[in-house]
Amino acid sequence: MWSYTQTVHDHFLQPHNAGPLKDANAVGEVGSLACGDALKLYLKISVQGVIEKTGFETFGCASAIASSSVLTEMIKGMTVDEAVKLTNKDIAAALGGLPKEKMHCSVMGQEALEAAIRQWKGEPPVPQAHEEGKLICKCFGVTDAQIIRTIRENSLKSLEEVTNYTKAGGACGDCLNKIAEILATELRQKPFAELKPQPRMTNVQRMRQILKTIDEEIRPQLAVDGGDIELVDVDGRRVLVSLRGRCAQCRSSDVTIRNLVERLLREHVEPDLTVEEA
Amino acid sequence: MKTVYLDNNATTAVDPEVLDAMLPYLRDLYGNPSSMHTFGGQVGDAVETARARLAALLGASPEEIIFTSCGSESDNTAVWSALRTQPEKRHLITTRVEHPAVLNVAQYWEQKDYRVTYLSVDAKGRLDLDEYARALTDDTALVSIMFANNEVGNIYPIQRMAETAKERGVLFHTDAVQAVGKMPIDLSHLPVDMLSLSGHKIHAPKGIGALYVRKGVRFRPFLRGGHQELGRRAGTENVPCIAGLGMAAKLAGEHIQDERVYVAQLRDKLENGIVARVPDCIVNGDPENRLPNTSNIAFKNVEGEAILLMLDQLGICASSGSACTSGSLEPSHVLRSIGVPFNYAHGSVRLSLSHYTTEEEVDYVIERLPGVIETLRAISPFKG
Repeated sequence: MWSYTQTVHDHFLQPHNAGPLKDANAVGEVGSLACGDALKLYLKISVQGVIEKTGFETFGCASAIASSSVLTEMIKGMTVDEAVKLTNKDIAAALGGLPKEKMHCSVMGQEALEAAIRQWKGEPPVPQAHEEGKLICKCFGVTDAQIIRTIRENSLKSLEEVTNYTKAGGACGDCLNKIAEILATELRQKPFAELKPQPRMTNVQRMRQILKTIDEEIRPQLAVDGGDIELVDVDGRRVLVSLRGRCAQCRSSDVTIRNLVERLLREHVEPDLTVEEA
Repeated sequence: MKTVYLDNNATTAVDPEVLDAMLPYLRDLYGNPSSMHTFGGQVGDAVETARARLAALLGASPEEIIFTSCGSESDNTAVWSALRTQPEKRHLITTRVEHPAVLNVAQYWEQKDYRVTYLSVDAKGRLDLDEYARALTDDTALVSIMFANNEVGNIYPIQRMAETAKERGVLFHTDAVQAVGKMPIDLSHLPVDMLSLSGHKIHAPKGIGALYVRKGVRFRPFLRGGHQELGRRAGTENVPCIAGLGMAAKLAGEHIQDERVYVAQLRDKLENGIVARVPDCIVNGDPENRLPNTSNIAFKNVEGEAILLMLDQLGICASSGSACTSGSLEPSHVLRSIGVPFNYAHGSVRLSLSHYTTEEEVDYVIERLPGVIETLRAISPFKG
């Protein structure tokens, strides 16, 4: 029997804001039937960017339902900027804690919130961490980006914790070695406090930094294979580039963009940049 | 609030007569059966009475019964003994739907360079007898197949499988923890070499089990030490629990027809009542061939742990093969082996009755369970 707190029990048995929200203007969906839990979060956000109304539909265990319920209470009245800062730890704390094996329920809440907000902002349909980065856990559809972020935000130290928080590696276990590698790399990194994103750059700063990185880091590497790159535009966090020289005809230009250009730009400029070919 | 206990495949209530049979050995008759004095010796008689009662339930001879601490110990012992007495044979056969007490033991031996065949099951959880026959080789040291499955209740064709093994000269063990007491088992006609059972599934207390080893089958003890149980299982006898198991076996023999008639009828009423009132649910396993007390129902688009906790609020005790209840992230190995459709797999609930279950309790569950499913479906993002 799980030792759920009274708050979890209360939110599970009497969920707040349960059901779809008819006038929602932001919806975030994460999880799936096959994965064993899923959350569809509905938000009504005012023109001023304040979350006025919330609703949810959840398929999952008691802690998944309770996490959804408490989340919809927490964010009501928040501005979008405040809500986006909410982490899974905040959700778990609001429930008086969750059993460690159930922490992934709080992560699901955070992801759905993020997805909804990105949809509202009209950002490209890559709201979930699931769809960014390289797929590591095939059973639960978890990517390296999601694993790394959860490790950092929750200061995870063991493989078991990564599975408890992200579900990755919890089924067939084939990806456990890959997760162990990611974890080992992360543990060698600086403490999370030092990894926290720097204050947001201005557009001018970002553009300069991108140009500098292309000149100093990316172009020399492409030159080795007879290729080149040109910066076409920077639109928010979207970087549009055009590959030149031999790269332009290369069939694996997609791979080049993901593995080289995007990786280096994220490393040297901002971690949430996405790179597209113009 | 009244408790409606429908989790008898997990454990059962201790029968009051069983408790009465145990109490003298917890109070005054605390002697050690191995002692030379009368005070201890009389306690030894209780152990032998219990052995005779258990043997009678199974159609076995008393000397073929070894008392153990639990079903898992019996299973471990059976595999250990079969492998140790035939060191030249390096192959085991078991099933994908076995209890962890056998499955994890098989996996352990696999790491020790044994070859293990895990027989698959079809969508109703049935074994393929041809696949089984093909798996038997001259290198096979042991076949270990459960008599009945704990999750879905399927009864396996142990008679035929044991006969096939015997023809090939291969030892046959069955984990009958769920079958004993729920259906007649007559080892005088059933050619299995070893059989495991557990006390707490048949209204005896926890902490007592037994292993049947057919006369003439070579044996190596798993637990070594003193000469108890004719040197086959060391450790001072758990006399109160052994006496309890003996009484439970006697009562099980007396109740065996109740299981087939009374319990099966109640189970059918419960299952039919739920299926008639709740749309989109399926019965897991093989309804044609399963334990009389077990029903495993999968509800579409809802999750098992949430169902159990809501039932718990109503005083109804059930269990689930859903991922969330076990701390794992996937539905149970049994439901996965059967291939329950993915939109149902996480919403499986097992209801297991006993002859203590009343019709009133069954009616209560039929009345309340549909509301629980409805409540959870109302907040599920998946419809239809």
